[in-house]
Amino acid sequence: MRKSTLILAIAPLIFMLGACNSESDKTRDPTNTASNTEAPVARNTLNTVNNIKKRGKLICGVSGELPGFSFLGTDGKYSGIDVDICRAIAVVLFDNPDAVEFRNLNAKERFTVLQTGEIDILSRNTTWILSRDASISLDFAPVIFYDGQGIMIRKNSGIKSLEDLKGKGICVQTGTTNEQNLADQMRKLNVSYKPVVFEDVNITFATYSEGRCDAITADRSALVSRRTTLPKPEDNVILDELLSSEPLAPAVKQGDSQWTDLVTWVVYTLIKAEELGINSQNLAKFSTNTDPNIKRFLGTEGNLGEGLGLSNDFAAKIIKNVGNYGEIYDRNLGKNSQLNLARNQNRLWTQGGLLYSPPFR
Amino acid sequence: MQKIQLTWLRKNLFNSWYNSLLTILCLLLIIQFIRKFVWWTIAEAQWQVVQVNLPLFLVGRFPQTSYWRLWIVLGIITFLIVITWSVFITQKNLIKHKFINLLVPWLAPTWLLSCPLILWFMGGGLGLQSISTNLWNGLILTLLMAVISIVISFPLGILLALGRTSNLFIIRWFSILYIEIIRGLPLIGILFIAQVMLPLFLPTELRLDRLIRGIAGLVLFSTAYMAENVRGGLQSIPREQIEAAKALGLPTPLVIILVVLPQALRAVIPAIVGQFIGLLKDTSLLSLVGLVELTGMSRSILAQPQFIGRYAEVYIFVGLLYWVFCYSMSLASRRLEKQLIN
Repeated sequence: MRKSTLILAIAPLIFMLGACNSESDKTRDPTNTASNTEAPVARNTLNTVNNIKKRGKLICGVSGELPGFSFLGTDGKYSGIDVDICRAIAVVLFDNPDAVEFRNLNAKERFTVLQTGEIDILSRNTTWILSRDASISLDFAPVIFYDGQGIMIRKNSGIKSLEDLKGKGICVQTGTTNEQNLADQMRKLNVSYKPVVFEDVNITFATYSEGRCDAITADRSALVSRRTTLPKPEDNVILDELLSSEPLAPAVKQGDSQWTDLVTWVVYTLIKAEELGINSQNLAKFSTNTDPNIKRFLGTEGNLGEGLGLSNDFAAKIIKNVGNYGEIYDRNLGKNSQLNLARNQNRLWTQGGLLYSPPFR
Repeated sequence: MQKIQLTWLRKNLFNSWYNSLLTILCLLLIIQFIRKFVWWTIAEAQWQVVQVNLPLFLVGRFPQTSYWRLWIVLGIITFLIVITWSVFITQKNLIKHKFINLLVPWLAPTWLLSCPLILWFMGGGLGLQSISTNLWNGLILTLLMAVISIVISFPLGILLALGRTSNLFIIRWFSILYIEIIRGLPLIGILFIAQVMLPLFLPTELRLDRLIRGIAGLVLFSTAYMAENVRGGLQSIPREQIEAAKALGLPTPLVIILVVLPQALRAVIPAIVGQFIGLLKDTSLLSLVGLVELTGMSRSILAQPQFIGRYAEVYIFVGLLYWVFCYSMSLASRRLEKQLIN
């Protein structure tokens, strides 16, 4: 009897060791062949665009659960600023903004899924930070939304700054950079607090609104939009102090510069279009414009698209189907949406914001 | 009549002063709770979020123009259930209808045939417009995942249970190893491995559909539990029966199929149905690995800007849906038990 239980206890261990072994074999294998013959690597890493075209649709990883960024509308269609980025890419590849398959991802699995090649692009309110860029083999496209982490408190709580939060409970969502930032800031200020951690964003905010924690921290965009749903929005204030800056950017798998370039310049196209004042409404008027900059941008002159492997009028197609950055922002987050977020940092550089696109020439 | 009621009340609720006090206190609490809840459902809750999104909850992003295909699927399933149930009841009541007797040998093959037919209507291809599994969401996905996992894990579980009680060393140890490893892992871990890790090990050309990976995870998990349930039944069969059957000259497979399994399974119906109900509810964990089934869909819907923060309404509605299906399963199992015992 005792012997059999011993075997029972050891057996899974042996099994696991075996599994580890075979795993490392498998990961070692492809690198071996790759170093022997360099051609397969080159072919493998360079064909994202071909793969997508062969498949007939872009596979885009989104959150699917974040208002304004990506969510399911009542008509069963995805919308949001993250979603529109993917639709813009689908436009240049297929001439069809609907040739996208959206995949809901949670905060933890998003990078693995990108590495395995199950999704082509990760457009999921992901903060661009060094460690992600360097160590998880990602390439980031330009920032599409500058966010910052804030803290919301109840007006009557008497809390004026982060120091006042000593010993107070702070609601935070786990698996996000928010959790880390909060810990860092509080450690710097040497303030001890009680983190109240949740997996689900809804529960995090519900807990705060029930008064079970004194403050809640999240990206300011989320705080502003969620405040409108609290029973008494005016009783809650967002502190001026920023805990961090959160530049949100789409990401692709490292190693395919053609694909990275394409995504990068699609984002720049949106920004440049706003800078040039071209939007989906007035696009037709610009087709006869004589400004060489605009002619090159819209593809009536020159061959800018060719270098990216696209048609020369790719910018015109994007603007026609999804609009310029300003339109996308207003529709999903800004004045034409329920969230009504001010643009602040997300204005063009010409208007005091941070958005800037390199020249198109 | 009234007197009986009064004595019942006195006997059960007011038989001593502290019990009376407890009764009154509990009654007050319950009334308070119900009043609050009813007031909330009628006056405060905004059921619009459920109303507007009803198609999303039920069939997800399935294209509206193809809803007729789902109606056909529903029709097929209802028809088959009604036929099977009526056959079952008339057989047990010993009323032999000629017509129904004719149907009996066709039942199992019809069920088998209906599976590819249903999948064809849902997925398309072969003349029908194909609909990606990515668009199968909501309740329909929950039910599909649960039913397929149940159907696959049931026979596998029986095999494993037989394997665990087998005299063959390798088979027995393999079964024990499998069952003990899987039972020692949390379901969410298995689902993560199936969904996220599996593609890392498989060659890039081999892309399993996400639904298949989800089903694989659920089946791996519930097979182990099913095996233990069935083993409980196997152990309840006295050895003498097996020996008697063997003495009559039956080969071992027939002993198992004709003598052991029918009794063993009957003995553990409640446990097995409990397992099935658990599996149906466990499908909600799939929302954490990015499948938009009923729970995932409600999380997505909660992100609609006009309905932010309406989580109570949404989760109550979804909970009700889960309850309806789980409760009808347990009702059906109770009926089944009664029929089998008679």
